[in-house]
Amino acid sequence: MEKERRPGSGGALQKRGIPWKRNLRLARQNWALYVMLLPAVVMIITFSYVPMYGIQIAFRDFNFADGILGSKWTGLKWFRYLFRSAQFWPIVRNTLVISFYSLLTFPIPIIFALILHNISNMRFKRITQTITYLPHFISVVVVVGMIYTFTSYNSGWINTVIEALGGKRINFMAEPGLYSHIYVWTGVWQEVGWSAIIYMAALTNSDPELHEAAMIDGANKLQRIIHVDLPAILSTVLIMLILRCGSIMSVGFDKSFLMQNNMNLSVSEVISTYSYKMGLQNSKYSFSTAVSLFNNVINFTFLTVVNSVTKKISGSGLW
Amino acid sequence: MGKRKRYINRPLGDKLLDIFLYAVAVAAIVLCVYPVYFVLIASVSSSTAVNSGQFLLWPKGFHLTGYQFVLENKKILTGYYNTILYTVVGTALGLSFCIPAGYALSRKDLPGRKLIMKLMIFTMYFSGGLIPTYFVVKDLNLINSRWSVILMGCVSVYNIILIRSFCESSLSEELLNATKIDGCGNGRFFFQFVIPLSKAIIAVIALYVAVGYWNSYYHAMIYINDDTKHPLQLLLRQLLMTANNATDIQDGELAGEYLKQVQVVKYAVIVVATAPIMCIYPFLQKYFVQGVMIGAIKG
Repeated sequence: MEKERRPGSGGALQKRGIPWKRNLRLARQNWALYVMLLPAVVMIITFSYVPMYGIQIAFRDFNFADGILGSKWTGLKWFRYLFRSAQFWPIVRNTLVISFYSLLTFPIPIIFALILHNISNMRFKRITQTITYLPHFISVVVVVGMIYTFTSYNSGWINTVIEALGGKRINFMAEPGLYSHIYVWTGVWQEVGWSAIIYMAALTNSDPELHEAAMIDGANKLQRIIHVDLPAILSTVLIMLILRCGSIMSVGFDKSFLMQNNMNLSVSEVISTYSYKMGLQNSKYSFSTAVSLFNNVINFTFLTVVNSVTKKISGSGLW
Repeated sequence: MGKRKRYINRPLGDKLLDIFLYAVAVAAIVLCVYPVYFVLIASVSSSTAVNSGQFLLWPKGFHLTGYQFVLENKKILTGYYNTILYTVVGTALGLSFCIPAGYALSRKDLPGRKLIMKLMIFTMYFSGGLIPTYFVVKDLNLINSRWSVILMGCVSVYNIILIRSFCESSLSEELLNATKIDGCGNGRFFFQFVIPLSKAIIAVIALYVAVGYWNSYYHAMIYINDDTKHPLQLLLRQLLMTANNATDIQDGELAGEYLKQVQVVKYAVIVVATAPIMCIYPFLQKYFVQGVMIGAIKG
């Protein structure tokens, strides 16, 4: 539209007209674009916005007979119930432990990318990349299945190795103390290669002239990695860090749910799995909705705060 | 690097560092490959060896009983069929919804695009939650219908943003204006120029969506009770999880026989469920970097 305005500044005003008229003209001209948008918009309205309307049952005593609108208002009853329940602190704590622990592993893909970038044999580098992507494509069901079978007390190969080295067999999945380590480090295993992609791509922008200048000044390779490569990807690192911070209270349902068993439930129950159990297994619909709303609001607030802070610092945020 | 070596003597520290770099890379390869390799050799080993865990590098014996079980088991075959169905239909639908939407949102002359974009992004960070979504699916009569799984996974705002960013950065306005003068409408422009020019991003997104369908169990677990419609991952979950406490099986003799085989069968099912993706992703690898980079511009 910039272009349409330019030729002949006198005619442009007439052609442009008042904004809404111009928009109307553009909208009519580009009706086909709205048609292209339609299916996706319909899907998003149906499966994202219509459910938001249903959030009100968190403030009602929902039962099927009366429906969403007919059920009695209860105000904040379910939230009070949540905050007072004995389960509340354990699930919040478990959620936070796992997400902060995961956050601590954030630098690992960066280090891995720096290492990979400085391997001079291109072929070897590419092969390493391809192979480290592999775990990313394994489904969470299979990963958890592997965890269970590998760490099995009687038949897992990890225990075979431990015993061969003179150690004692460990029932890994029944030890609450080991749960968060297993959860987080299998996550690192799955994602380290994949997460490194973005840093690898950013590293290709690191200036070869700077490298040469540093070399002439007598910098060794390690110094060059730290003082030339690392600053080159710092902005990418920052963006990724913000994105990670935004989801601090959301520990994925899929993996937690699969890794749970009766022995580790005290540390493996997180907000998302608790909400599922309350809702679909115990049919406490209103309470479950309140639990997930609580989680959602905290996440959203956190993201908004992080976003506005970074906007102030760096001038650009997510929105 | 090769050229420099000739006139700069590399200090000892650099050589040591190089050894360290290669050592880390080799360690990473071993860590990624060994678990997968172990599953592979376990799936063909004898059940007694698997049950006692007495092998690490080579299969003990060579048996295909696990795979035989997989091939003869109606449930697993149905699960496989369902997974393929969900993946193919879901990916096709997802692409045909997301690509046009992403393109439309990349057009600067589309009134309201900023608002639509904001409303879409909002859903990435705020959702109705499990129960309200469940009620919507229920009201649409989609509980126990294959469509619930297909529709729930097909539109991803993240993918729409990827396509939008790609179109913004690689489709020039000059091309659009030139074809407009020649009388090419929006629809024709989309099919004749946008799609052929976006092959790379389409490949990446097709892979993302397909892997998403192939690997997920969540929607099926929540919305589908009828186990003839369950995808492979959900069956796998039952097999992998419930068999851990296989004492559930009452019949003593059957339980004994089942327990003897179950570990091997688990490994065989894992191989069968994972192999297709393992075979495909290396070929799409060259597109990954592009896809991830575009995604990073506007998360």
